[in-house]
Amino acid sequence: MRVIGKPFPRVDGGAKVTGQAVYADDVVLPRTLHCKFLRSPHPHARIVSIDASAARRIPGVKAVITGADLPVKFGILPVTQDERALEHEKVRYVGDPIAAVAAVDEEIAAAACDAIEVEYEVLDPVMSIEDALRVPRNERIQDYGGPNNIHKLVALEFGDVDGGFARADHIRDDVFFFQGNTHLPMEQHSAIATYIDGKVTLWSSTQVVHYVHRALAKVLELPMNRIRVVGAAHGGGFGGKTDPFAHEIVVSKLAMLTGRPVKCTLTREEVFYAHRGRHPVLMWVRTGVTRDGRITAMHFKSALDGGAYGSYGVASTFYTGALQPVTYDIPAYRFEGCRVFTNKPPCGPKRGHGTPQPRFALELHLDKIAHDLGLDPADLKRKNFVKPMTQTVNWLRVTSCGLEECADKVLRASGYRDRKRVAGRGMGFAISSYLCGAGTAIYWNDMPHSEVQIKVDRGGVTAYCGAMDIGQGSDSVLAAIVAEELGLQPRDIRLVTADSDSTPIDLGSYSSRVTFMAGNAALEAARKMRAMLVEAVEAAGRRYEEVKFEEACVLAEAKFGTLVSAGSYTPPKIAGPYKGSGVGPSPAYSYSACVVDLDADARTGLVHINKVWIAHDVGRAINPLLVEGQVEGSVYMGLGEALMEEQEFRKGLHKWPSMLEYKSPTFLDVPEMETFIVETDDPEGPYGAKEAGQGPLLPVIPAVNAAVYDALGVWIDETPVTPEKIVEALRRKDKGEPARVGPTRFPNIPYPACIKVEPPPRELNASPAAI
Amino acid sequence: MRQSLEGYARPVVKNELQRDVERVSLALDVNGERSQVLVPVHKTLLEVLREDMALTGTKHGCELGECGTCTVLIDGRPQLSCLVLPLQVEDRAITTVEGLAVGSELHPLQQAFAELGAAQCGYCTPGILLASRALLDVNPKPTRDEIREALAGNLCRCTGYVKILEAVELAAERISPLPHSGRGSG
Repeated sequence: MRVIGKPFPRVDGGAKVTGQAVYADDVVLPRTLHCKFLRSPHPHARIVSIDASAARRIPGVKAVITGADLPVKFGILPVTQDERALEHEKVRYVGDPIAAVAAVDEEIAAAACDAIEVEYEVLDPVMSIEDALRVPRNERIQDYGGPNNIHKLVALEFGDVDGGFARADHIRDDVFFFQGNTHLPMEQHSAIATYIDGKVTLWSSTQVVHYVHRALAKVLELPMNRIRVVGAAHGGGFGGKTDPFAHEIVVSKLAMLTGRPVKCTLTREEVFYAHRGRHPVLMWVRTGVTRDGRITAMHFKSALDGGAYGSYGVASTFYTGALQPVTYDIPAYRFEGCRVFTNKPPCGPKRGHGTPQPRFALELHLDKIAHDLGLDPADLKRKNFVKPMTQTVNWLRVTSCGLEECADKVLRASGYRDRKRVAGRGMGFAISSYLCGAGTAIYWNDMPHSEVQIKVDRGGVTAYCGAMDIGQGSDSVLAAIVAEELGLQPRDIRLVTADSDSTPIDLGSYSSRVTFMAGNAALEAARKMRAMLVEAVEAAGRRYEEVKFEEACVLAEAKFGTLVSAGSYTPPKIAGPYKGSGVGPSPAYSYSACVVDLDADARTGLVHINKVWIAHDVGRAINPLLVEGQVEGSVYMGLGEALMEEQEFRKGLHKWPSMLEYKSPTFLDVPEMETFIVETDDPEGPYGAKEAGQGPLLPVIPAVNAAVYDALGVWIDETPVTPEKIVEALRRKDKGEPARVGPTRFPNIPYPACIKVEPPPRELNASPAAI
Repeated sequence: MRQSLEGYARPVVKNELQRDVERVSLALDVNGERSQVLVPVHKTLLEVLREDMALTGTKHGCELGECGTCTVLIDGRPQLSCLVLPLQVEDRAITTVEGLAVGSELHPLQQAFAELGAAQCGYCTPGILLASRALLDVNPKPTRDEIREALAGNLCRCTGYVKILEAVELAAERISPLPHSGRGSG
């Protein structure tokens, strides 16, 4: 292959290094009005009255709207339509939007927000998982779910769990806590809307053009054909721009009311409160093993602190239980999950969505079991690795699987087995797996998840696709695939992406789905186009490889008329036969393995990461340069979550809502990384490709904690691993107490009786359709 | 930097809030072009560049001096444009990302960033390019640690910084190749 597998530069590199890429806040239109929000100062309150009359009188104010102007509720998941663009009845977290102003400049808009008078009846806030499980002091945060402030309860059992524990030689329980953290994209969310001739156009920094389109149609009560949503150049998402947001709806409404373009760019503080980031999750896990370390049964419980709204939370809850059996062969498995509402910014998907927390717990739990049995954790884990072409106990279909090879690569390169045992220096090993796109759409339908059209004329090729390049390089992947098939270079392909007017549907940049799904759609469209070109050239008595591309185009257009082709991708229907089986299935899974080497200072608790080795089974690297970039970025973000990133709230307020106080790794904090790309040629991925954007983050976090144990003999069973926690754990160790810092108990949660599911046959019989 | 308003024409106009807004007329030298702007005295250089001069290549991540995204060069030294008042930099040479290329020929840093994938979402890229340019101007052969130090005030959430470090090193090598023994020779 001439393009696939080669390190081509990104197709958008030139625009980005010259400052010419147009991000949403760079869109400047004549007569643009500026929008500002009035947000709740209370974490939980009823709104008694809103008086905006003084704000409306301020010269330069063109419109003031409140919840009464946008009463229709929305939400990313059909089952949790619980948000309003502006709340006029009740606020549920500090920052909940109440009113919005469009004015001739930002200063006037801000002054008008200050002039709006809101009378509140303040309610007791619910600020923790424990608190949410209790009877509320005055009223529940949401009026659905329950009991108390429970949002969602899940209880599933696959196979004979009690029998599995009865067979075990050793059973161990552990409790872990994964602290919440946020995406911290460099770009503040921004959106600008126009309303011309009865039609709304919105440019936004979103990851999911299609879902924003749907939410706008619902809340603005306009048909989708009267709305156009365009994804502007994207300044970073990591899951944080995957929900439809209030500001996107509000600028559209304000444009409709004023007849002028209206823009809103969130302040950095507002970005922290918009959130939708990593759920804080408390976890309890019990595993039974045989004497030689084979897992006989596992029981996993999770409690997610969801914040004030549903967001992706139902899916997040299932994800805390779904992927454990995708890395380890667990013959019997019970999962009980719970998400609660609290008066904090809503949590949602962040890189790894719902799976970094259980991965953290599971890897450390297995490390401890290995130590109990006198085995090396890497050996115990390898004994239980899933095999390719199998089905998990919870009905997930594993096709290609490079887990063995990934583990081999990092264990060998790091010298893990021969490491010197020196106090204060340690290594940790962990593995993981992630989806290559959610196998089911967010709203139920039978349509394709991604579609691509190709137009060819006069030697020019344009590919159209709704996919949104959020920096991961999806545009470059599309260009590479079309170029490969047509015998061109990526730079020869013009791209039109992420525009609901001119591109066919793609569901967006989430769940690591774009390479797999849009890639397959592009492959189909490109092969159809190539077939037309070849047919026309051969009809002229020549061979395609011999003629210039421009000439082939002329021959084909003369023969067929307008040269267009289309391709689409629909994931296979592989969800298991039980309620809740829609979360977890994916047409393929990526696999990663990681070794972290670090120094940990027993006196100060300071951790210095020396090096990270990471191997990632990407199926096939369509562009190894982009894959490395995704892997390195994942390692970085994982280290941030492991060592410093966290958010906490005091009296409803974010304690660190700024980029200085919310600690994230700088150039000085990132260690040397050695990346191994492992290729397993997935049978259904485009050219065998899977994903690279999320999976490699997952093993990094537990590998850090395992390395700290290796260095100092103390367990930090929660994130982040701060110096204070290490010093405290060492103090406990010296006093003869358990040498750990972390949660000690898991609350009583009223899980329902488990739905019992018969496991599928282990071997995967039907060979997947080759593409 | 100039600390006083003395000697400036200061037309005072009422804005629509009926607040007095003192405007200053300033001559700014941006990317070698001298322009006259009339701006409210409190407006930051970041805002003036983006809103009054249409130089939207300069980005912003916090507008509080915390993230480095809005870095520009003032007399060749990196400064956070969100913390600079234009008044302070009149008659100083301001360089933004738009001033890095010569015509359509990219600066070696831009070339290296594009080639190696050092820009993913690209939002921190203009600031990091300028901070890197300032480093290479004074230290043409920086060690990796010196690059880390020079760029430590610029956050990037996409790359893990690895490809950026490699791109700065590649650009340094291209700008001033080592005599005789380049990498891999000898």
